[in-house]
Amino acid sequence: MTTALATAGLTKRFGAQTAVDGVDLDVPAGAVYGFLGPNGSGKTTTIRMALGLVRPTAGTVTLLGRPMPGDLREVLPRVGALVEGPAFHPYLSGRANLQRLDAADRFADERTSKQRIDAALDRVGLLHAGGKRYRAYSLGMRQRLGIAAALLVPREMLVLDEPTNGLDPQGTREVRQLIASLGHEGVTILVSSHLLAEVEQICTHLGVMRTGQLVAQGRADELRASRRASVRLSTPDVAAAAGVAQRLGLTDVTTSDDGLTAALGDVASEHVVAALVGAGVAVRELVVNRARLEDLFIELTGEGFDAGR
Amino acid sequence: MPAAERGFPATAVPDEAIAEAVVVPAPMTAQPAVGAWLRFLGSEMRLMLSRRRNQAGLGVLAAIPIVMAIAVKIANPNDRGQGETFLSKIVGNGFFVALAALIVEIGLFLPLAIAMLSGDAVAGEAQIGTLRNLLVAPVARTRLLATKYVSLVIGSFIGVVVVAVAGLVAGGALFGLHPVATLSGTTLPLPTALLRLLVVVLYVTAFLAALSALGLFVSTLTEQPLGATVAVAIISTTMWILDSIPQLGWLHPWLLVDKQVALADVLRDPIYWPTMRLGLLTDLAYIVVFLLAAWARFSDKDVSG
Repeated sequence: MTTALATAGLTKRFGAQTAVDGVDLDVPAGAVYGFLGPNGSGKTTTIRMALGLVRPTAGTVTLLGRPMPGDLREVLPRVGALVEGPAFHPYLSGRANLQRLDAADRFADERTSKQRIDAALDRVGLLHAGGKRYRAYSLGMRQRLGIAAALLVPREMLVLDEPTNGLDPQGTREVRQLIASLGHEGVTILVSSHLLAEVEQICTHLGVMRTGQLVAQGRADELRASRRASVRLSTPDVAAAAGVAQRLGLTDVTTSDDGLTAALGDVASEHVVAALVGAGVAVRELVVNRARLEDLFIELTGEGFDAGR
Repeated sequence: MPAAERGFPATAVPDEAIAEAVVVPAPMTAQPAVGAWLRFLGSEMRLMLSRRRNQAGLGVLAAIPIVMAIAVKIANPNDRGQGETFLSKIVGNGFFVALAALIVEIGLFLPLAIAMLSGDAVAGEAQIGTLRNLLVAPVARTRLLATKYVSLVIGSFIGVVVVAVAGLVAGGALFGLHPVATLSGTTLPLPTALLRLLVVVLYVTAFLAALSALGLFVSTLTEQPLGATVAVAIISTTMWILDSIPQLGWLHPWLLVDKQVALADVLRDPIYWPTMRLGLLTDLAYIVVFLLAAWARFSDKDVSG
């Protein structure tokens, strides 16, 4: 699998503050890459550098096999982007705003313009609202117009920065489905979000940012597997239970007054139950904590309002 | 929001599998360069002219000559025809309303219009965020600046033409249009005089084109369109004030506005060119310097708005 977007040691400093610090992104071609991290963790600045809007302080960007921003003119026509939320002229209609962007793109064919704009509006469900002024759009409609702008011509890659920001659950689901269907068409997609739950289910790959650094990256299933399942047992016979756990080869066994916890490893939970019961241990409760990506995410990015900085 | 607008076309929610990397045909066929650029310029002009504020601005520009013509018409008859200004000649010939209006508006209203348009050009797009959309559309930065500048020059021309035409219409309606007496004492037939007026229009447009270059540069410095507009208006007005202080004679040749009133030389017979030629050279110098400055500033500016 070739690489659609790779950065090496990508760094951006604004004065004394380091917004992005030595990020090595690796987005394989054909992936739906979830770019996660709290607000202010450097996702948008990284995206801006990848698209040549902001000049890196250090490091390199390779987009679709070409160096950025050096080969920007050759690369950007193949990339559709929604950067930091939708931005359009408020007194123009949604359609007029798309016409303007289409006119600006010197690779877009004027003869097919209307047809392509209609198709893009239709794809995001805005065909009937195309004539309305942008000012009158709801936040959800604005986000969708931003996505439509990225879809005006067929692209090899889409970069969608927080496309679900401000959407209600229904709108979020719709955007997720749209991204999923584009992913199935073979378009490489980089989708950023500060909410894991919004993009987790559609992503094949994940990257997690925290305070300007990329703290985890890889295939979503591998990241999930990196979290080992654990078991928590509630019992009055703590000593006997600990013996069984040792015999089964469970690791990280910690006991308390009314039970124990242990890492499950490769042992199936039904074997644990059978062994405990066979040894006469009174089992009050047994809970298996499966790998949850959310825990990993929270572990990596921290919780609370100070998570970003 | 109506239900029809809400729903995306139904698509299957994917399984965990990675989608096969299908090669999507890339739209890499560039359109004919000139046609594509004209299309972009057309879009830019539509954006400028569809904006209500700009339409109101054109209305104000057109209102000045109308107000002047009416004011002269209802003025005390004893004041008529005195002095040697264009204003005093209006009574005898509506043609002079256009000239007088251009001379009046060149000091404030036309520069103010350019200040507004140039504030919109880059700073305005940066403020609402559409600048980043254009850049990733993509539009090369040099191409964007060039298109913005040409649209400012066209906007200048439209503004000046509106003043001249409004002046001719108002003056013609109230005083009639007649052959024009030149400053040299000869008389020009009306068609020739109208051609001379076109020369004035182009001369004023050249001045505004130079001011637009300055405005475009200022516009690349900030993300506040109002700030850019105020800065350009202040610079222009300051130049007019400095130009009116005789003690600063040494500075005057460097001021963009210094040779602009020379447009009256068009009404000599034959046209007296030397001062206007210097004026055009000054315009050209300002255009070159400030376009280069704008390009230097914008070509590697971080667009984070």
